[in-house]
Amino acid sequence: MNSSSVLLGLAGVLYGAAPIMFAVIGETITERAGIINLSMNGTILLSAMGGFAAAVGTGSIVLGFLAGALIGALVALVVAFSSITLKQSQVAVGFVLALLCRDLSYFLGHPFISKAGPRLNIIPIPYLSGIPILGTLFFKQDMMTYLSIIIIFLVWFWIFRTRPGLMLRGIGERPAAAYVRGANVNRLRYLYTIIGGAVAGLAGPTFSLSVKAGWAASLSGLDGYGWIALSITIFGGWNPFRAALGVYLFSFLQWLGLVLQPFLPSIPTQVLQVAPFPLMILTLLLVNISDAEWVERILAAMPEKARRWMMKVLRALRASPPAGLGVPFESE
Amino acid sequence: MNVELKDIHKTYGAVHANRNISMMIPAGTIQGILGENGAGKSTLMKILSGFIRPDQGEILLDGHTVSIHSPADAIRQGVGMLHQDPLDFPPLRIIENFTLGSAGGLLPDQGAVLRDFNKLSGQFGFTLDPEAYVDSLTVGERQQLEILRLIWLGARVMIFDEPTTGISAAQKVKLFAALHLLAEQGKTVLFVSHKLEDVEGLCSRVAVLRDGSLVGEAKQPYSTKKLVEMMFGKTISVGERNPCGAKDVTVSLSKLSVEDYRLNVRDVNLEVHCGEVIGLAGMEGSGQGLFLRAAGGMIRSVGGKILIDGRDLTGQSYQVFKKHGVAFLPAARLEEGLVPGLNLTEHFILAEEAKGFFINWDKGRLLAQERIKAFDVRGTPANTVESLSGGNQQRALLALLRDPLNLLLLEHPTRGLDIESVIYIWNKLKERCQKGTSILFISSDLEEILQYSDRVLVFFSGKVTSPLEASTLTTEKLGELIGGKGWPESTDEGKVA
Amino acid sequence: MKITRWRIFGFQIGAVILALLFTTGVLLIAGAPPLQAYLYVIKGALSSITNISNVLSAWAPLLLTTSGVLITFAAGLWNIGIEGQIMMGAIFTTGALRLLLNSTVPSGWILVIGFLAGMVGGAIWAALAGVLKTFGGVNEIFGGLGLNFVATAFALYLIIGPWKRPGIASTSGTLMFPRKLWLPTLPKIQFSVWALGLGILVVILVYFLLRGTHFGLRLKAVGKNAKAALLMGVPTWQYSMFAFLLCGLFAGLAGAIQVTSVYHRLTPAISSGYGFLGLMVAMLINYQAIWAAPVALFFAALNIGGIQLPIMLKLDSSLSGVLQGILVLFILMVEGARQRLFRER
Repeated sequence: MNSSSVLLGLAGVLYGAAPIMFAVIGETITERAGIINLSMNGTILLSAMGGFAAAVGTGSIVLGFLAGALIGALVALVVAFSSITLKQSQVAVGFVLALLCRDLSYFLGHPFISKAGPRLNIIPIPYLSGIPILGTLFFKQDMMTYLSIIIIFLVWFWIFRTRPGLMLRGIGERPAAAYVRGANVNRLRYLYTIIGGAVAGLAGPTFSLSVKAGWAASLSGLDGYGWIALSITIFGGWNPFRAALGVYLFSFLQWLGLVLQPFLPSIPTQVLQVAPFPLMILTLLLVNISDAEWVERILAAMPEKARRWMMKVLRALRASPPAGLGVPFESE
Repeated sequence: MNVELKDIHKTYGAVHANRNISMMIPAGTIQGILGENGAGKSTLMKILSGFIRPDQGEILLDGHTVSIHSPADAIRQGVGMLHQDPLDFPPLRIIENFTLGSAGGLLPDQGAVLRDFNKLSGQFGFTLDPEAYVDSLTVGERQQLEILRLIWLGARVMIFDEPTTGISAAQKVKLFAALHLLAEQGKTVLFVSHKLEDVEGLCSRVAVLRDGSLVGEAKQPYSTKKLVEMMFGKTISVGERNPCGAKDVTVSLSKLSVEDYRLNVRDVNLEVHCGEVIGLAGMEGSGQGLFLRAAGGMIRSVGGKILIDGRDLTGQSYQVFKKHGVAFLPAARLEEGLVPGLNLTEHFILAEEAKGFFINWDKGRLLAQERIKAFDVRGTPANTVESLSGGNQQRALLALLRDPLNLLLLEHPTRGLDIESVIYIWNKLKERCQKGTSILFISSDLEEILQYSDRVLVFFSGKVTSPLEASTLTTEKLGELIGGKGWPESTDEGKVA
Repeated sequence: MKITRWRIFGFQIGAVILALLFTTGVLLIAGAPPLQAYLYVIKGALSSITNISNVLSAWAPLLLTTSGVLITFAAGLWNIGIEGQIMMGAIFTTGALRLLLNSTVPSGWILVIGFLAGMVGGAIWAALAGVLKTFGGVNEIFGGLGLNFVATAFALYLIIGPWKRPGIASTSGTLMFPRKLWLPTLPKIQFSVWALGLGILVVILVYFLLRGTHFGLRLKAVGKNAKAALLMGVPTWQYSMFAFLLCGLFAGLAGAIQVTSVYHRLTPAISSGYGFLGLMVAMLINYQAIWAAPVALFFAALNIGGIQLPIMLKLDSSLSGVLQGILVLFILMVEGARQRLFRER
């Protein structure tokens, strides 16, 4: 395997990661505000189908992406409405929507299965694409891959460097304190859920108009990516950079599986593709372990100095969700 | 800024939390607000700080009638409140906490904010590292941050709700210095507390609330006796007390120590006799809650021993304590003691030892009816527990207890109940005492403590008195102890700094 | 009290009507004749003995998963890992059958052992999710999801690896089991009374378990208020674990049925979504076990009836899923609307 094919392969990792990146970044935004949008799997499928259909119907690839974002926003609106205004369980509504939107996408997408649609072109950036190694990796990609990288920085900047972003963190961490500081908590939760949904809605069309062009319904292999995206969001600690790390890691492991395939003929591709998953569970374990009761018991039995040190270690490992995640907010 | 409250009324259902309260507080004053739990202090402060609207009455700032819609609105008009548990954001840094909520453009001007922060911080003599994370700070430091923030946002009236709970002596000195500085700057400071010594030492004027009304005001110099009298009412003549005849020691606590992130209760020694009632007095959050739960094995103690009926149960889980005849009744009846969604019959079946695999519903209903009758619960076996009134929920909780018990731990057993229920419940409890059950109970009602306890432990900031004979305790003395005065030596308050 | 009962019922009817309207709308968008579509679905489920027996075949595993999920819901748990538990049950059953295939054990007994193996497999997988939750603090939703993927991967590995068909490995499944290892069916129709019988038995069992036993009552207490349950002496984590185990047992049974009675081999999609569908049924019946059987039957009928749509109208059969999903969604939303309108919350 020569170096140029390795390079192309690695560029492929970035390219293949783009869809999941949108999903994870979108969900990170939503969860930062304190809402869980469990419908991700369905949203990705529905927006993939919808975006593809729109692009095929209108001939415009841009409209396809917009349609996907719109679908993502609409589904997120249903989640927001049901959980904020109607006060139903976010998990229940999200879960039902995950299944509903998937079936909707299969049903409405049926006539589009064998259709050919527009596909994104690679847009090499002048001068920069000429740089050895980095040029091939970063500057010879298509529009959505560029966007998927830019959005990491944009969202990070918004959350961690702007005033409204600071308020967003406040709402997620301690809605009561944010309320006291003048935030209309529920209105902002609506807003961010919809925005997060719109961003996540770009994931689907990035598949169907680029990475895995076309709509193949249940054979598209798209089913399941939404659940993976939700797990990576947790792994990412609600921080766009750490989340991006998780996405690229996942994409890399998948790519590695493909690469190693010829050397491991007895293991089917699908197995290697889902191999990252047990890893994910393991990280979720480490990330939450300080909460467990038996750990508390062990801690209480330790001598004071050791206890304080251990708590520091556990704290560092922790990926604490925004403390207000999943909890409805009442101002009284 | 001058603050005037005119005829403030607020009712919550049947509870008249604030009755006709009128006060005038000139600018530059440190005004103390005294009162026991449930006197109406926090309601009044919530009204002033914009959390709730009064049913009637007016608020005037500098002579102008104002309407305060929300806490954010309040700070815009110059009224800021420092909560007992400051409403800050633990996972964020100090400087971020400071900036959050301030007005301005998209990008906060880091440099300008930092400068303002350091300037104010220097003014008050606080040493806070802007880059530190709030969850690594002590309560005292979090308070300091909040003070700076409110000043920065333009507060001219500042309300401090029980600020000296859980801070070190050194931090208290800094806090008081800060309050004096605020007053010098012409700001109005409202200092809500139950700690007599602090109020007497700090405030130039004091207003005392009791049962929702303003019962008196005082100026320096103060007479502690008068203040206690105003807070708790005239000396209560306690009705006939009937002690249960203590003999054997059933519960022995030696050097019991408990802590949480704010409080430190150290080395409590207590021997409870069969059938004895021990009252745990003190303002909420003084350590009695922690102590009670530790005594029942619900939270782990960090030191000491617990012996129930001669057995060492230190470090064991509540289930083990339960097996040895200990029962805990939480104050949050619906959140911790009962299961909303299940009815009374189901609760009674749950509370009994499960006999056999299948539930005998008829037997269960009969049992429920029996217990309901025995405890005079206004409800039927088919009623869900959330449909019962508070008094009936408490009776139900009592009715669910096993018989006999070694130790009964009660957290505010008669809170929010009508007088009839209170008397009834205590009769039932006394019955248990006759049978040999020892009781430890927490109450903020002095009358209840004095009436029903054989001995009393008073808690203040984590400190605990040695057991005092209730028969020799006066309301005045008890009130003083609860307010932090009259304690033996002034050792450093039990705190985690 | 009475008014509330009627009000609830009224709102639920409203939800059903809205759901039908929505589905009709979807059909119109797809350019399909709604009335005809509904008729074909109904016919597809009821019009012939074959169809009816297919519905009954689909009913059995759904009964099992719904029952299992009712138990975990009672304990306040979202057992999303149920799909993986079905899969593991199927894997264990296949393994047991393969092991005893050429032995002298009579085929009836092989099937029984296969079923037991399936139950064990499902229970182990569920216990894993339970352990991750109680001792690792891993939310059962994500733990379950992860385990679902792992189970699928494991199945794929077996199908293409050690258990592959002689000759060409195919993802369509392992080699079919000989007839003697097929769960006996009634003559001329494809459905097994044994499977259905098990399903009905389990649903009745769960109904009585939740309604009439101490275990069921304690489980409910744990689900509604774990703190209070603890105070009343219920060992909460043990009950949670037991709920997982029971559900896993039933899920494993469903997997065993799928292997021995429907597919007669192990396939990568053997759980057929019955796990998630069971969650939906449970949500729709508001966790009241008494409605489990009829609603599960309705959903099974929708699934089977929907198969007609590609054949007759060139539509995708997932319309059934759409109707099922939108029904549950509207029931949830309508409940919230009612509570809000009448200030119950």
